[in-house]
Amino acid sequence: MPQMNMVQAINDALRHEMRRDSRVVVLGEDVGKVGGVFRVTQGLFDEFGDDRVIDTPLSENGIVGTAIGMALYGLVPIPEIQFADFIYPAYDQIVSELAKYRYRSGGEYPSKLVIRTPFGGGIRGGHYHSQSPEAQFVHVAGLKVVCPSNPADAKGLLLSSIRDPDPVLFFEPKRIYRAAKGDVPEGEYTVPLGQAKVVRPGWHVTLVVWGAMLYEALDAANQAAAQGVECEVIDLRTLWPLDIDTVIESVKRTGRFIVVHEAPKSCGLGAELVSLVNEKAFLHLEAPPLRVTGFDTPFPYTLENEYLPLSHRILPAILETARY
Amino acid sequence: MSTATYSTDRPPNVSGASLEPQAAVARHPLDTCADDVIKVLRDDGSLDPAHDPKLEPSEVIALYKAMVRTRLLDERLVALQRQGRIGFHIGSLGEEATVLGSVSATRPQDWVFPCYREFGAALWRGLPLQRYIDNMFGNANDTVKGRQMPDHYTYREGHFGSVSSPIGTQITQAVGFAWAAKLKRDELVTLAYFGDGATSSSDFHSALNFAGVFKVPIIFLCRNNGWAISVPTERQTSSNTFASKGVAYGVPGVRVDGNDVFAVVKVTRDAIARASRGEGATLIEAMTYRLSGHSTSDDPKAYRPEAWLDPWRRLDPIARLRRHVERTQGWTDAQDREIEAAVDAEVKACIAVSEKVPPPSLDSMFEDVYAEPPWHLVEQREQLKAGPRPKGHGGH
Repeated sequence: MPQMNMVQAINDALRHEMRRDSRVVVLGEDVGKVGGVFRVTQGLFDEFGDDRVIDTPLSENGIVGTAIGMALYGLVPIPEIQFADFIYPAYDQIVSELAKYRYRSGGEYPSKLVIRTPFGGGIRGGHYHSQSPEAQFVHVAGLKVVCPSNPADAKGLLLSSIRDPDPVLFFEPKRIYRAAKGDVPEGEYTVPLGQAKVVRPGWHVTLVVWGAMLYEALDAANQAAAQGVECEVIDLRTLWPLDIDTVIESVKRTGRFIVVHEAPKSCGLGAELVSLVNEKAFLHLEAPPLRVTGFDTPFPYTLENEYLPLSHRILPAILETARY
Repeated sequence: MSTATYSTDRPPNVSGASLEPQAAVARHPLDTCADDVIKVLRDDGSLDPAHDPKLEPSEVIALYKAMVRTRLLDERLVALQRQGRIGFHIGSLGEEATVLGSVSATRPQDWVFPCYREFGAALWRGLPLQRYIDNMFGNANDTVKGRQMPDHYTYREGHFGSVSSPIGTQITQAVGFAWAAKLKRDELVTLAYFGDGATSSSDFHSALNFAGVFKVPIIFLCRNNGWAISVPTERQTSSNTFASKGVAYGVPGVRVDGNDVFAVVKVTRDAIARASRGEGATLIEAMTYRLSGHSTSDDPKAYRPEAWLDPWRRLDPIARLRRHVERTQGWTDAQDREIEAAVDAEVKACIAVSEKVPPPSLDSMFEDVYAEPPWHLVEQREQLKAGPRPKGHGGH
């Protein structure tokens, strides 16, 4: 089984699906000859040509709006938004149109496509290249939101997303694009949507996390273990609809719950998870659920490691919860 | 605060009401778009042979009937809304020639991406009247399951898009659709409708830009009806014409008398032929006028003196076509009364059926959000069904 990083695994998934299904089209800014600013689409232009790997004008609402039309015609478009921070010009097309097509047309026009976009901090990108807007799409009825944390999942989840009948936002944690390496099955390999993964079993505290923060959570969990606190670390993988059973089953065993995310704290996905835990496992809780997150400020440049919920902030939360 | 003002002492478009070339307006040197308004139907009902699309007599009568039916439907639906029997209607009073002329030029394989003022086009492409009226009532037979306001229907088998309320969003989607057809080498053209207000939206500009860059087989049909709710055309643009906006994107623009059904057929046919030859998009500006309010929720008296309508009432597209069919085919008042009676009967019958159909089921509220309802929707559906019902809804 070949070793790949995230970029190579996503590229492998795109290539695999484009070979398998001639309806699949990649479009976006710089995705063609240059292969994307992160090189995720490298080589696809040479193999599939400019009818299927399309360098578009610089217009996010044009990219998503036309991709919706392509999908309505029967293609399977995979638009790339170069940085998740730039998704807002396309927000109306995603939220008012893409997410609602099936519903508003009574099922006559199921419109599906996968929007791929790198997101998150830790690359010294400042606030226009570091945001984590995933919760804003979780809040929108009709969208699915996916976020892989390792190369094998990136491939498997992307293939499932492309084949899923609903529109999917595929958030790629660019901080670990090249840092996360691992074995990736060759050829056909899918990871089902809607299934979380217990990455580290434990019995004292449940830690729920996704994307690049998984590695910070694991680091903190290992440090906590040295102090006798065993954390169960759950990688959500699909953020919406989420795998509530795995989360609640774990919380019922541990009685303690922490969610970690890069995005700002208030009204984030962490708030939703805490609410769900309260609704479904309140009597099992031994401590108040906690959120370790980014702050409710714009993303900072120089102080990004202060902003991000890295292991130095996760560890004290684990110990506080365990001692409560 | 902006010091710019717009005129409130004259009707917008009134210079266009004469539909003569506006020689007095200084042209920008880069504005290569023809300011001349293409017109076929003369005041006396005869046709200018220079642009005559040479319709068969039966085609002309079909168009006339469709335009009259569209107008009568508008009247009935406004009355229904005033009686409180339906919640809303958004019509095409005065714009029937633009809507019917353009859609009648499309071929069966072509597709239409509507705005929300083109129910006449949907009916022309075969939308059953019963299905349209069911949508007005949002009942259990409404194929969009009562989820949208009236006039927000969907008609896929008629190659007709899904109506949404946000302005301009369908224009980029239509470009993507037409572009996909081109990528698959299918020979069809897509007709996208929008109003003059939509030309201010970012979607309009990205759509024209993409269509120009990728030579997309699409027709942009701008119904310049003078108004975006209460805001007149001169608050949407300082360009001389909307058609000229295509120049910047490499998309030729053409201006047509939108109250002249022959002229609209002619320019739409030409645009379809151009697109079919692989020459890409055309922007059509149809000069027409919204004689009604924006919708039944709007009162135009608040911003538009009645007198402003007079020049446009003289250019009424149905009256103008009526003169032609009388002149060429001996059309009579008795035949008009026949059409009116027939439309009246079919509309009444459809309303009688639609009014008896119950509202959509509670379950339907949770369908089609996703292909399969996820756990949280299943949970919420059960909570709703187990909970109390609002007054006036039996729940079923």
